[in-house]
Amino acid sequence: MSDHNYTPKSKFGKWFNDRLPLLSLANHLTDYPTPKNLNYWWTFGGILTFCLITQIVTGLTLAMHYIAHADMAFDSVEHIMRDVNYGWLIRYIHSNGASMFFLAVYIHIFRSLFYGSYKAPREIIWILGIIIYLLMMAAAFMGYVLPWGQMSFWGATVITNLFSAIPLVGEGIVTWLWGGYSVDNPTLTRFFTLHYLIPFLILGLVVLHIWALHVPGNNNPVGIDIKKPSKDTVPFHPYIVIKDTFALLMFMIIFAFFVFYSPNVLGHADNYIEANPMVTPAHIVPEWYLLPFYAILRSVPDKLLGVIAMLSAILILAALPWLDTSKIRSAVFRPLYRQFYWILVLDVLVLGYVGAMPAEGLYLLIARVATAYYFAHFLIILPLLGFKEKTLPLPFSISDPVLGGSANLSMAKSDKKEG
Amino acid sequence: MKSYIRYLKLYLKMSEKKVKRRDFIFTATYAVGAVGVAATVWPLVDQMNPDASVKALASTEVDVSTVEPGKTITVLWRGKPVFIKRRTQNEIDEARSVRMEDLPDPEKDEDRAKNPEWLVMLGVCTHLGCVPLNDKGDYNGWFCPCHGSHYDTSGRIRKGPAPTNMSIPNYEFLENNIIKIG
Repeated sequence: MSDHNYTPKSKFGKWFNDRLPLLSLANHLTDYPTPKNLNYWWTFGGILTFCLITQIVTGLTLAMHYIAHADMAFDSVEHIMRDVNYGWLIRYIHSNGASMFFLAVYIHIFRSLFYGSYKAPREIIWILGIIIYLLMMAAAFMGYVLPWGQMSFWGATVITNLFSAIPLVGEGIVTWLWGGYSVDNPTLTRFFTLHYLIPFLILGLVVLHIWALHVPGNNNPVGIDIKKPSKDTVPFHPYIVIKDTFALLMFMIIFAFFVFYSPNVLGHADNYIEANPMVTPAHIVPEWYLLPFYAILRSVPDKLLGVIAMLSAILILAALPWLDTSKIRSAVFRPLYRQFYWILVLDVLVLGYVGAMPAEGLYLLIARVATAYYFAHFLIILPLLGFKEKTLPLPFSISDPVLGGSANLSMAKSDKKEG
Repeated sequence: MKSYIRYLKLYLKMSEKKVKRRDFIFTATYAVGAVGVAATVWPLVDQMNPDASVKALASTEVDVSTVEPGKTITVLWRGKPVFIKRRTQNEIDEARSVRMEDLPDPEKDEDRAKNPEWLVMLGVCTHLGCVPLNDKGDYNGWFCPCHGSHYDTSGRIRKGPAPTNMSIPNYEFLENNIIKIG
């Protein structure tokens, strides 16, 4: 790292830095050498940090007006929408912010999948990311329960009942989660507590995620190791800061579109009906960002196996660095993987679509095929591809293909050497 | 030389013993510590289980005198819906004529409805806890809109992802038309 011999200029700065090296940390973050070829897919880390801060700030302010009680929660949310100054704005930012958060995290994850950012030496960054993603889903689910509408109530009922699939102890666990014999006030108050806690856990994990990133440094679109600092890198500030800021502004335009022009389009109308334990809505649909996993759950006709399949679909990602046997990171140099990558993207989109449709007939058949393909991608295609695929020659450095014209093969390493 | 070896053996034996005593102390400390931690954590875990006020609301009495044959009423018991169905003779015959081999969770209708006219049952789908719809589905009983489970006129699972029949709570007929659930 570049901050080994950093000394602050002012006398006070030096005195302070000797006792708490915050200025060294700031200097490290400013000078941090970054691959110069990072494209806009690399701006989503910064965008996600923005999303997390936005959710924490709007969440804190909403909590000043929300009442976590089964008899009052629904009304208190309407009170926020109608009476509280700018309450409508804060709540719409918070509820749409959750969707924006997931939109950004999915792009971030699929960027990693395309450019092989999960491979050695970045496995820990990847696994921390998966844990953050799991916590995000938990936080989003519990947050959706808080308005105590019909979808809140029945979503909570269905998701907590997933645990009843566990043999022997399942029913006991569900009763323990509920604090009663059904989803009710004790469930709501504990969900509120945990919904409040999880973002701060995520914040801690984000610090570890970035720390782990700063040990090997960023991967890049070419996917080769680079020397740092060198002619292949630029300092984080101002180059990446400006690029991230521009991307963030573009992202905020989309965010603002939802907040101001269609704040409810990503939600479900039934959640404006107060929770009623006697009537289940005709179609229970989770939020859009959970639909692919919901489709996997429903595509298995057995209760326990369905739950196992759904959990495996997420946890399998943690094993990805070892399931992908190819040494080449970037899909740019993996002609076959590139095709399978796009099939996977399509597969997940199809799962999301059928997850929103009734689980019957053709939809069910499509869901089953797509589920089978999802697991085949990770368990069969990726392990085999590393041995079968003939990869393209890698360049020696980032600068070579840019400055020398990449067609010159004499300047390229053979893939034998790398593999 | 021989005595030297004997001393060495003795020394090794003693040191071995000392290590063992140390190990015992370590193990005992860890064990007591673990019990202490478990005893401290348990109240924090158990506070999430149903509290006394939730348990106190364990029974409900229902007057069913106004229920017409073929109709179902739904009452709330322990925060969950309970279906009370006054079955028609057709529905009873349908439930009683099913062969046990055709049932994923074999159970006789006679064991589910003490009085064949009245079916009292938790209106909770055994898949993921939704409330099934009355008089729907392929078996003229109930149909769960969430994930497509079909139940017959005895509330037994016939088709779909639910693993078991809808469960029968403890209940009794107090007078002619009063049912006590729980």
